[in-house]
Amino acid sequence: MQTLKFEFPADRPAARRTHVGVVGSGDLEVLMTPEATGTARVRVRTSVDGFDTVWRTVLERFFARHRVAGSFELNDSGATPGVVTLRLRQAIEEGRE
Amino acid sequence: MTSRVPARNGQTDWNAMLARVSFIELDARARAVALLDDGTARELCGPFDRIESPWLEPQGVVPESDDGVVVVKGVLGGRPAVVIAVEQAFQGGGIGEVSGAKAAASLSLAVRDNREGTPTVAVLLLETGGVRLQEANLGLATVAEVCAALLELRALQPEVGVIAGTMGCFGGMSIAAGLCSTLIMTREGRLGLNGPEVIESEAGVAEFDASDDALIWAIDGGAQRTGTGLADVLVLDDVTAVRSAVIEAVGRGVPGEHRSRRIREWRARLDAVDPADPPDPADLATVWAHAVPAEGDRR
Amino acid sequence: MSRGGNWTRALADGDVTPVVPSVITGDVTLGDDTARLVAVVPDPRSPYPRARKGEVGLREGLALAETVTQAVTEDARLPDDRRRPIIAVVDLPSQAYGRVEELLGIHHALAAAVDAYASARMAGHPVIALIVGTALSGGLLAHGLQANQILALHDPGVVVHAMHREAAAKVTLRTVDELDELARRIPPLSYDVADWAKLGLCDELLDVENADDPTEGDTRTAKDVLAAAVERARRGPRDLSNRLASPGARRTRIASRRVREALAAQWR
Repeated sequence: MQTLKFEFPADRPAARRTHVGVVGSGDLEVLMTPEATGTARVRVRTSVDGFDTVWRTVLERFFARHRVAGSFELNDSGATPGVVTLRLRQAIEEGRE
Repeated sequence: MTSRVPARNGQTDWNAMLARVSFIELDARARAVALLDDGTARELCGPFDRIESPWLEPQGVVPESDDGVVVVKGVLGGRPAVVIAVEQAFQGGGIGEVSGAKAAASLSLAVRDNREGTPTVAVLLLETGGVRLQEANLGLATVAEVCAALLELRALQPEVGVIAGTMGCFGGMSIAAGLCSTLIMTREGRLGLNGPEVIESEAGVAEFDASDDALIWAIDGGAQRTGTGLADVLVLDDVTAVRSAVIEAVGRGVPGEHRSRRIREWRARLDAVDPADPPDPADLATVWAHAVPAEGDRR
Repeated sequence: MSRGGNWTRALADGDVTPVVPSVITGDVTLGDDTARLVAVVPDPRSPYPRARKGEVGLREGLALAETVTQAVTEDARLPDDRRRPIIAVVDLPSQAYGRVEELLGIHHALAAAVDAYASARMAGHPVIALIVGTALSGGLLAHGLQANQILALHDPGVVVHAMHREAAAKVTLRTVDELDELARRIPPLSYDVADWAKLGLCDELLDVENADDPTEGDTRTAKDVLAAAVERARRGPRDLSNRLASPGARRTRIASRRVREALAAQWR
């Protein structure tokens, strides 16, 4: 297991906190909490070690596009980049008003 | 003992099968919400309370924010209810310190409600491999506490257990299932103390071949368990069917004598089988029907 | 002969009686009380081959339920603070792992035993578990963990756990050495009875001379400790809340206590 932390510039605060997903094989859960900080703070706990760069790339691409400010806690059980992006998108969609 | 799998003249009703919304495919949170009356569900001690297992991260296991048990309060067919749903995808539905405490404490609070005049009922969605081995002794202790709280509440209100699938309900939590007032299963659900892999590993492949799916479902499957009186209602894997079965079970109230108290009846069942030459699983219901005289509605 | 059998015979005032060959009972005088002893013992000739070494199987689960329920029924007319103590002498390798066991619903036999012990406790019987040997998994759930008070011998032969070492290693994808190393840091994983006692689940550890076959002194010690446990059980709650209130639990079961507080606060 590995814990990774990232920050990305963001300027669209989410309206409300949301939770999606489960920590099941090939999946992850996302807890999103709105913050008026101008950043997206991401903490990833993943069951698979050694994919730091992949995480950075996937998250960078996501937040460059969506720019949602807040804290994002990701508890991951070996999800693919596609599943990670899908769960993040669900989280911010549910977090809109 | 009603079979709720749609069937006409013994044939599967394929129209009903195709029109259904799968209960099994929902996660624990969605299952709990789907059972309750629309708009009444309110999750307690949820992900944002962040009470996760303190024992997993130090072992290099990623925790889940709800520790794999979702507690949802709401209204069920007009009655106050709490649904305790185990998430099978997280650690195989294993019960650890936090998840077990959530279940036990919710049941105890339902007991308190009843003593104070609110007739809260409990529904347990039991998709679990039993005690979470990463929390070994604390998991075991909380399962005992879940059983104790179940028994306290069961004296006051009916308790409904649902085993939908596909994980099944095994280990210590199968004992909790055995204590429920009514046990509802789907054909996909399984119920047993020791999972097939565990028996194979402990006693050898000749004792139990864990790769033999036909054998597993013949022994542990929902149809077999309801057919032999170890569960009560067989339902289709369909949200509406499961919800109706749960509401109906709650409506029947506290049984006159719970299954786990009918010791004499189960002694007769045990005595009717020679362990050296047990019946084929398909014949067990018949063997037991002869062993135990019918006494009207024994549910 | 098994530890469970030896301790039950040593503690009993007179003879012990088999309910079935693998479940024995006896009576022991503890102060003003006559307590009922119950133990699961090996039966090498059991018709259930997977339950010959003292495992809790179909027969044992139902026999426990029968004998405990019988004591409850007999005492039903007594004032509830005079109902006899029930002492589960615990020494069992596990539940029985077998195909016929699953076919006939071993989980249900264990549920009947759990129901009987919990019902006795709620009816006012002090239910005391005395762990003298191994106490594993479903076997312990059926015979021991519904007690008001749990006592154990302070002895390396006493092992309380959810699964034996080798199987637990296999299921959690670890080696036995890795498991032992983890157990040093993670108290609930430990196979050492002193570590288990620190979880707050044990009300007293007894030091004895001969855990396999108790001396007269050991038997006297055990009776004193049992009598004290009976008193505590009578004064204490009839549910299992003392397991969360104990000093050990206050240190190790912090998360359980947080869960209880959060749920109670959000309940209405």
